[in-house]
Amino acid sequence: MSLRALSSAAVVTLTGAFALVFFYAPNDADQGFIQKIFYVHVPMAMVALGGFVAGGVCAIQHLRTRRSEWDLRSYVFIHLSLILGVGVLITGSIWARASWGHWWVWDEPTLVSFLIVFLLYACYQPLRFSIEDRQRQARYASVFAVVAGAFVPLNFLAVRLAQAYSHPRVFATASGGLPPKMQLTFWLALVGMALLYFTLWRYEMAAKLARGRVRALRRRLAGEDVLPGRSAAPIV
Amino acid sequence: MPALPLDEAGKYVAGAYLVFLALILVYVAIMAIRLSHLQRDLDELLELAEQRDRDREEVGSAR
Repeated sequence: MSLRALSSAAVVTLTGAFALVFFYAPNDADQGFIQKIFYVHVPMAMVALGGFVAGGVCAIQHLRTRRSEWDLRSYVFIHLSLILGVGVLITGSIWARASWGHWWVWDEPTLVSFLIVFLLYACYQPLRFSIEDRQRQARYASVFAVVAGAFVPLNFLAVRLAQAYSHPRVFATASGGLPPKMQLTFWLALVGMALLYFTLWRYEMAAKLARGRVRALRRRLAGEDVLPGRSAAPIV
Repeated sequence: MPALPLDEAGKYVAGAYLVFLALILVYVAIMAIRLSHLQRDLDELLELAEQRDRDREEVGSAR
């Protein structure tokens, strides 16, 4: 799929999903209008966590094949998931403030576990930055991505097992899940968010590869050994 | 906790969606800045390549 088609699909799907959120999906009987936050918060969280796992899978490929493009893919997945992670934490806090009257609740496992995953991955870039040798940097970053990537589903499972009843489950509840109108809206929002994530991933990959090529060209033309400024991005 | 009235809940919902929008806009703005740097680098390289060609032509004509 071309980048242009992917971008269009992401915009159309996400716009459609947000239109459904406000004009089609009914208000939640328990939470009221506040529940609309979940159509952006939960897909963002799911896609961010999926991106962390995808980063781990790419890192496994890098460790297996030693090909630097897998390291770059892993890096971009984690980089984008961190950005979405910021959004998840802020939108989650807004919901907590509206629903519980506090911006943050420390005894709520879902919130705290996401913060732990986020802080864990926040160490990824400083780790890359701290190693000068490019080969070692890529190897260590991949090992980190694999271990942290395995931690994500484990963490999710642990939260589910030790689940407190205070954090709302918007997609699967004991009573059988969301009503069909809410489900359709949620699924479309999730697909839209995934498409947006993948589009941004492709943009970022294209930008990083173009930068790498410009750097290589500069080396050939000017004979300069150009190292990236303050970028921890891998060189392909 | 009972559901918030619409006028109060609306502020929080708008805030959450604006955060998402702002995040994407900031990201796109950063991408645009990086693209402009890339364009500047490409211009420099083009200039360098043209200078190289001119130097070669001068050396060729001198011979």
